Amino acid sequence: MIVARTGNEAMAEAMRQINPDVVAAYPITPATEVVQLFSKFVHDGLVDTEFVPVESEHSACSACCGAAAAGARVMTSTASQGLALMHEILFIASGLRLPIVICLVNRSLSSPINIHCDHSDTLASRDAGWLQIYTENVQEAYDTTIQLVKIAEQALLPGIVSTDAFIISHGMERVELLDDKEVPKFLGERKVEYSLLDVDNPITIGCLDLQDYFYEHKRSEIDAMDHVLPIIEKVQKEFGDKFGRYYPIVDEYKMDDAEVAIMAMGSTGGTAKVAVERMREKGKKVGLIRCRVYRPFPEKAMLKALTKVKVLGIMDRSDTLSTLGGHLYNDARSILYESSTRPLMKNYIYGLGGRDISIEEIETIYEELFNIKKSGKVDKNIVYFGVRGE
Amino acid sequence: MFPYEKYLRLDKFPHIWCTGCGCGIIMKAMLRAIEHSKIPKDSIALVSGIGCSSRTPGYVDFNTLHTTHGRAIAFATGLKLAKPELKIIVVSGDGDATAIGGNHFIHAARRNIDMTVIIYNNYIYGMTGGQASPTTPLGKKASTAPYGSIEPTFDISGLAIAAGATFVARSTCYHAVQIDKFIQKGLLKKGFSLIEVLSPCPIYYARPNREGTSVDMLRWYKENSIPIEVARKMSDTEKERKIITGILHNIERAEFCEEYRKLVKRVSKN
Repeated sequence: MIVARTGNEAMAEAMRQINPDVVAAYPITPATEVVQLFSKFVHDGLVDTEFVPVESEHSACSACCGAAAAGARVMTSTASQGLALMHEILFIASGLRLPIVICLVNRSLSSPINIHCDHSDTLASRDAGWLQIYTENVQEAYDTTIQLVKIAEQALLPGIVSTDAFIISHGMERVELLDDKEVPKFLGERKVEYSLLDVDNPITIGCLDLQDYFYEHKRSEIDAMDHVLPIIEKVQKEFGDKFGRYYPIVDEYKMDDAEVAIMAMGSTGGTAKVAVERMREKGKKVGLIRCRVYRPFPEKAMLKALTKVKVLGIMDRSDTLSTLGGHLYNDARSILYESSTRPLMKNYIYGLGGRDISIEEIETIYEELFNIKKSGKVDKNIVYFGVRGE
Repeated sequence: MFPYEKYLRLDKFPHIWCTGCGCGIIMKAMLRAIEHSKIPKDSIALVSGIGCSSRTPGYVDFNTLHTTHGRAIAFATGLKLAKPELKIIVVSGDGDATAIGGNHFIHAARRNIDMTVIIYNNYIYGMTGGQASPTTPLGKKASTAPYGSIEPTFDISGLAIAAGATFVARSTCYHAVQIDKFIQKGLLKKGFSLIEVLSPCPIYYARPNREGTSVDMLRWYKENSIPIEVARKMSDTEKERKIITGILHNIERAEFCEEYRKLVKRVSKN
């Protein structure tokens, strides 16, 4: 069915079709709508979900963990400060291997207070052991929400679907919704080997684990992250074969003959694709690498993409506040260390707190990358694009 | 004409509050209380969390600190201990102070730390679009309670008294003159003072509950408020669903910052 939906509406529709057993949530701009729309589905009897409105995000994530440990399929939604308040519990979820899925709207972290888009919230949680997939548009947000439930349950890892605040969450687009019956068929039942609801076989979850076994348990969690990429690929392929929409791990756009390229995440991928088209109309061979799966970081696929060009502009809608630039830039530098071919790289931090990025601005970045290619050197590795007083 | 301009950051106007919202009434009452209590403007620090009420520090010209959801009192506690000479005012809402920040609220009252907390109680999370809060009355509708709330409520003033606050008063946005008297008393009281003010949210509370306009809500406050002196002589059934206004609690008890300084003096050498 083809409909017009905002990102929040589409993710709420996906949640309706997924029909999770439990949703626990707390309101936060701009993600409130997702669960608010979902709560209406609960009240209208369209889903069988136990909906728990709690008193903070910390409690929301805790309630999700309890329900997931009982064997339930569990989802929630949040943004920014909400995710930050969940931070402690994010590690509980991943450590206990509870496949919770968060429909997340990317909003900058305080302070100063701001409600608009950047990726500082999810990137501050990048080391929490959650899968992170960044989406470019409403359709991808909808599809990925469904895919991630299956991926998370197979890998026994929790996951976050990221959508840019207001640009995706409140922007209305054409979306193809799946048939209501198809989604549960695609997902199947959540199979749980051990659960708190199995009262005939009582188990203990999350108890004290000291020098004797903590390390082995942590190692097995790391191992799960090491082996999740094939699961993501398999689920994406299965989704594509069934519904006709295929998603890559790394989204390469016009990279095969590109001389210079930009790497970005989220909705900027869409803006940059238009910039690529325009540059190519002018006869300039440019490409785009959009990082879709960010955690785990897809080293092999990413390395293959990065080394296709001589010059790379890495656009980060976040800063590590470490003097080393943005998150993507640091990941890219890290994986390129062992590579025999390394492109010249420049890091463009942009769009913090929702400052807009235009097609024209991305075109100027491409022009600059050509200048770097010509001169063979990068004057300044990290620049703050579009900020006043620079 | 009261010189409100003296206390306002007029370059930040127009404010974001909806037409008919009670936030402005409470903010103006606070400004009158400050003027009448003769506390110098620059010795006041105003702290807030997140929500409609918490936008107040953007509009008033004091030392102001706008913090995270629910944590205003925790930030204010640090501020007061570092600068005990400052007069601390915290503005908060029912969701901010009694849901996500409930813990800080009761513990500040328990410690009896010297600050004045003004809670704008509108029965709803207004900023995020009308979700049920801990004060949404039983049976009343909210976006997360379309068939009416089934959760019992917190009595904010009662909670503060039980937790140990030394000054507690309740008023409504209809009783605008009363609010500034209570705030003034709270400011001059050494200890944890709570002023709870019922405030109309005509958009997210009144609309789903068909309670009319802001004027209708103010009229409802007028007709259903009972001064504490009268309420003391009434039975529980007579008081049901009524708003008990007035100074509900006013006692003397050791204040935390003073006790802290005494302790430091006692355990310091010389």
